[in-house]
Amino acid sequence: MTHSGITMLEARDITKVYRSGAGDVMPLKGVNVDLMAGELTLLMGPSGSGKTTLLSILGCILSPTSGSLRVAGIPTKGLNAEGMADLRRKHVGFVFQAYNLVPTLTALENVMLALDLRGASLSDAPYLAWEALDAVGLSHRAHVSPSKLSGGEKQRVSIARALAGSPSVILADEPTAALDSENGKAVMALLAEVAKDTRRAVLVVTHDHRTLEYGDRMIRIEDGRIASRARRRPTSARGEFDLIEAA
Amino acid sequence: MPMIPKLAYRNLFHDRLSLIVTLVGIVFSVVLVAVQFGIYLGSENRIAAMLDQAKGDLWVVALGTKSFDDPSLLSGRERHAVLSTPGVASVEELAVGFVNWRKSKGGSTAALLVGSEITRGSALPWNVTQGSASALIAPSAVAIDSTYFGELGIGKLGDRAEINNMEVVVKAVTTGIRSFTTLPYVFTTLSTARTLLAASPDQSSYTLVNVAPGASIETVRAALANRLPDAEILTHAEFRKRSLDYWLFETGAGAALIAGAALGIIVGIVIVAQTLYASTKDHLNEFATLRALGASAGYINKVILMQAVLSALIGYLLGMVLSLVVIWASQDSTLLIVMTPGLAGMLFGLTVGMCVLAAMCAIFKVIRIDPAVVFSR
Repeated sequence: MTHSGITMLEARDITKVYRSGAGDVMPLKGVNVDLMAGELTLLMGPSGSGKTTLLSILGCILSPTSGSLRVAGIPTKGLNAEGMADLRRKHVGFVFQAYNLVPTLTALENVMLALDLRGASLSDAPYLAWEALDAVGLSHRAHVSPSKLSGGEKQRVSIARALAGSPSVILADEPTAALDSENGKAVMALLAEVAKDTRRAVLVVTHDHRTLEYGDRMIRIEDGRIASRARRRPTSARGEFDLIEAA
Repeated sequence: MPMIPKLAYRNLFHDRLSLIVTLVGIVFSVVLVAVQFGIYLGSENRIAAMLDQAKGDLWVVALGTKSFDDPSLLSGRERHAVLSTPGVASVEELAVGFVNWRKSKGGSTAALLVGSEITRGSALPWNVTQGSASALIAPSAVAIDSTYFGELGIGKLGDRAEINNMEVVVKAVTTGIRSFTTLPYVFTTLSTARTLLAASPDQSSYTLVNVAPGASIETVRAALANRLPDAEILTHAEFRKRSLDYWLFETGAGAALIAGAALGIIVGIVIVAQTLYASTKDHLNEFATLRALGASAGYINKVILMQAVLSALIGYLLGMVLSLVVIWASQDSTLLIVMTPGLAGMLFGLTVGMCVLAAMCAIFKVIRIDPAVVFSR
């Protein structure tokens, strides 16, 4: 654990209510989350516990019904869709379960696309994209299209894309779900390495217990509420956590 | 290459079949609009050919004359009235009228006889490719256009026919002078025309007035209107517009051409909109990902618009090539299709506009996209 004590993301009393004719649905019921720079936080919970809704809110894709969110110190309250997009672009990197690479672009171009969104110049983008691919060990596959990459390679490109432009927060949604054990471990190791950078925080939503050994902290969510928080035992081997808060 | 055009290009060429359908739609539209407007311009050229060729600042015409091809004989005192008007530099009379052309081997057809002051250097006829305009000075000499040889029963220079039961001989042949009404023009001298039309030696159908340098056309026109109350005094532009309006709009011919062009545009928009919409739907997940990554609505709209503009460029180029082939293939036919730089430029703007308009459906689809769907796949 190399956290710097700087809070990169702070969510307070987050609730989310979906209103429908059949009655209101409340997937989040007052959630507090802090993501610290230099840490990899695991968000775990059963299906339907509100993980994805929370991830969408933390990633500024959804707005909470109530509560406050600050990303890289910037409050999201009052931001419209374009303001939220701007915040995502500048401060949030995403790693998706299904990779979500643009199939018509090569690995390098996929990373360049993220850099282009973040305002990198046309001359710098190829170099920076190459650097990001190199950081995930895929520079030798830079000009290959996603359809010719393995699942593990695609996820590494996805991580390179998230890293490009150095966002403050990286949010990963089940990044190992579609991968075999070996690739899953490689991807988690990579994310853990990424999280060592004290300029960013990493949150991984997962239900894969093989990922435990890579987390610095773990948050369990159940029925829209934080059920427990735990911190990896400093003296222990990876995968053992000390409970610091339970509902 | 910047990422927006690159992504647009890749999306476009990713699905070749869809691209082909889009391009077929655009090409169809471009060719249809090009041909329709080309025919329209060709019609304009034909309707106004005599007016544009004859040199005249002002035209004295019979009251109610609808076009050059709708002649009536004037009273006969116009020449002197015009020449005695201050500010007039020169005058030319034209005797124009419908005649019966009887072919030497039998059969007859209607024609429009145009008698001009050839001895004084009239600009009519022009494009003389066989014989000469001066040869028309000979008695009963006429000039016809080579494209009307078959219709008029003429095989070569020197062949004979009858106009209103008087023998004429073809002493000159022009090329490319076709009338909009399809009635063949037959050129001769003013005096021969008067004879053939049974007009008096002073009568003409049109009196062309050239205003002296420095004189005001409007002043001369007002003076002429005062002197010739039984005639209309029109500027070249007015007579041209009146002729075009009559043939293109009062007869409905121009409206039909414009309607055909509009149909082409509508079909183009529908086909492009449909395929662009389908393409956008195919790439919706990528657009949702872009949105999740923080792409602004403007960024995504630019990608879709760029796809539309790329389609327009390719479709326009292919459409123009095909249009030029159609125009080239029709050059020896009775149909005059004209392509001008102005029309080419208008078609380009129209094609791009059409494709951008068609892209709106796709943009409406994309702006409603929920980036949260990226987590549900």
